[in-house]
Amino acid sequence: MQAATDVMTAEHSFPRQEQLVEERLVLWYFVAALTFMTVSMLAGILMGLQLLRHNPLPPIEVLSPGRWRMIHTNAIAYGFLANAFLGIMHWVVPRLTLRPVFSRPLSYLIFFAWQFVVLATAVGLMFGQAQGLEWGETPVWIDPVAQLGLLLVAINFGTPILQTRGPMYVTLWYYLAALVWTFLTYAMGNFVPEYFVCGSSAGAVGGLFIHDLVGLFVTPLGWGMMYYFVPILLKRPIWSHGLSLVGFWGLAFFYPLQGIHHFLYTPIPMFLQYGAVLSTIALELVVVTVIINFIGTLYGTGGACLTNLPLRYFYTGILFYFLTCLQCALQVTMTFQALIHFTDWVVGHAHMVMFGVFSLWQLGVMTYLIPRILKTEWYNPAWCEWHYWASAGGLLVMAGDLILGGLFQGWSWAALHPWETSIHLSIPFWSVRIVAGLVMFAAQLLFIVHFYLTWRKSLQTAPAVVPAAGLATA
Amino acid sequence: MFERKSGIILIAGIGFFALAFLSNAVVPVLMYRHLPEQTAEQLVNGNLRYQFEDLAQRFPQAFETAYGQPPADPEKAGRWYDEHCASALKLGHQIYVGEGCWHCHSQFVRPVSNEDRRWGPVSKSWEYQNELQRPVMFGTRRVGPDLSREGGRRSSDWHAVHFFEPEALSQKSPMPRYPWLFDGSPDKPNIRGLALITYIQWLGSWHETYPYYEDYTAVPIKTAAAAE
Repeated sequence: MQAATDVMTAEHSFPRQEQLVEERLVLWYFVAALTFMTVSMLAGILMGLQLLRHNPLPPIEVLSPGRWRMIHTNAIAYGFLANAFLGIMHWVVPRLTLRPVFSRPLSYLIFFAWQFVVLATAVGLMFGQAQGLEWGETPVWIDPVAQLGLLLVAINFGTPILQTRGPMYVTLWYYLAALVWTFLTYAMGNFVPEYFVCGSSAGAVGGLFIHDLVGLFVTPLGWGMMYYFVPILLKRPIWSHGLSLVGFWGLAFFYPLQGIHHFLYTPIPMFLQYGAVLSTIALELVVVTVIINFIGTLYGTGGACLTNLPLRYFYTGILFYFLTCLQCALQVTMTFQALIHFTDWVVGHAHMVMFGVFSLWQLGVMTYLIPRILKTEWYNPAWCEWHYWASAGGLLVMAGDLILGGLFQGWSWAALHPWETSIHLSIPFWSVRIVAGLVMFAAQLLFIVHFYLTWRKSLQTAPAVVPAAGLATA
Repeated sequence: MFERKSGIILIAGIGFFALAFLSNAVVPVLMYRHLPEQTAEQLVNGNLRYQFEDLAQRFPQAFETAYGQPPADPEKAGRWYDEHCASALKLGHQIYVGEGCWHCHSQFVRPVSNEDRRWGPVSKSWEYQNELQRPVMFGTRRVGPDLSREGGRRSSDWHAVHFFEPEALSQKSPMPRYPWLFDGSPDKPNIRGLALITYIQWLGSWHETYPYYEDYTAVPIKTAAAAE
């Protein structure tokens, strides 16, 4: 790969960054992502306050915490994670393939279409049009639009990837597979259990959907991103290509087989439940190989992940990834399930995955890319540190608190205490959770303000930059 | 194969996905093909009809505003109640989904953690083979109790007050209030309120243990015969 790049540079066939990457669009995606992050966190705080019986809003239909709880999860998955991934792919894919995306106008069309999909979902949920599957709540009439949008995304990014000749870098394996998986997963979850099958079978498909949405949409896009940015920041290749192969193919094979582990002890046939449990434990072994590969890549860099902030985001996420997967392998056993299913343990686990791993990774990439795109340093680099510590620290407290609280809820239920007891004993845990949530929220607000100030700063210096760029092209 | 586009798209992308769909989704679909999906009309049973007519007694004005007057002829009136009961079930289900009730209340009793002693018989697949379980309302979190054996456990006016103001009946309940299901006071549920109460009263109404789910012990045939 290195040799090939050298040859291409020597022949002056290296396309210029402006020809490859639509940088403005990357920034737009980040703005959209952070906007929906704010919406999602506000919704989460609302539900958190409702549980503590301190909901400040009047009991009005469109402000109902039950509806906003669905906006919380949908806005984070489709509004924050998806937008941030799309923005990052607009940076990564053209730079790795040395080809622009299929069509720039299409890129802009997708951007606006996707914002429409997310906004319409939120409005639909506010007006009570949800469908009954987690992350598949998207109102009926939006499903085909979103499905079409995913097809366009696959065409737009798939074309440059398919045009490359010779061996593909690891990131592109993950991206290429994710483009196929996301389309298939969305189609499966939003149509099959709604229209074609009911009951336990719908539960099996629904479990597959909520699992694949994390495993086949978020996870491959996330790891693809790590395989790209970590070697660049460390200026050294990934430690073992063989382990990269094991990681990708292990994930591809074992991840989709586990959907039913979300519904253990349901009427879904027991042998299918055991199958899901076994493949979950198998995947944990694959995850260990990926972690070893990234530790191996880091080994001997002299604490780079402490001094380099984006890198610190990445390795914090990798640490949380190891913890969540270890947790998966334990909590998926029937013994553990009997205690922790239906409790806040699961909520803590979900937050550790979605925020502790993937959101932190994306925030790390944003911290790295925004100054590069704006061609100016961060307005105040110390604020980036605050953003990191409040995000990662807040998440650690929130996840730890909910996981612990879940154990107490489970024990209370098994002991046949009156139901109210499990609510009362949750109050301290829910109180800590809301404080941690507010800290995380404050951190994101700081980041947004910081982004704005940096952007404004870059505009003030812009006149000096533009003529220079004009000279260079002339 | 492992690093080629065709391998990644065809084997990992489509092949493994299809394998998982076949083994995890098509298998249960085939296993339950002898249990056809029931419509809402087929789900109206005696227990539920009793509760629905009970709504007409308790909230006569609200009921009349929502559904009008039943026909005088008893046979026609029976069919009239059945039809409206089925439509109330469907609307109630829609509200249950749209309000996100299923994010805090589960609908399945597990064979562990003493759940059968708290709620009654462990859930079976046949209970879910109907259009109101498409998608299935298993749920993933219990802030409030499981609801799959809630029907008949409490009276409809308890539910009305509880939806209007949960804390009036369950002290320090974190459940939100749902005043938009009423015309101003708990004794005036609107069509949506009546529908949601109907849906809740349906949950478990198909069970032989209704409504004393957890106290019920099936009598072995021999013991019953000896007693006679």
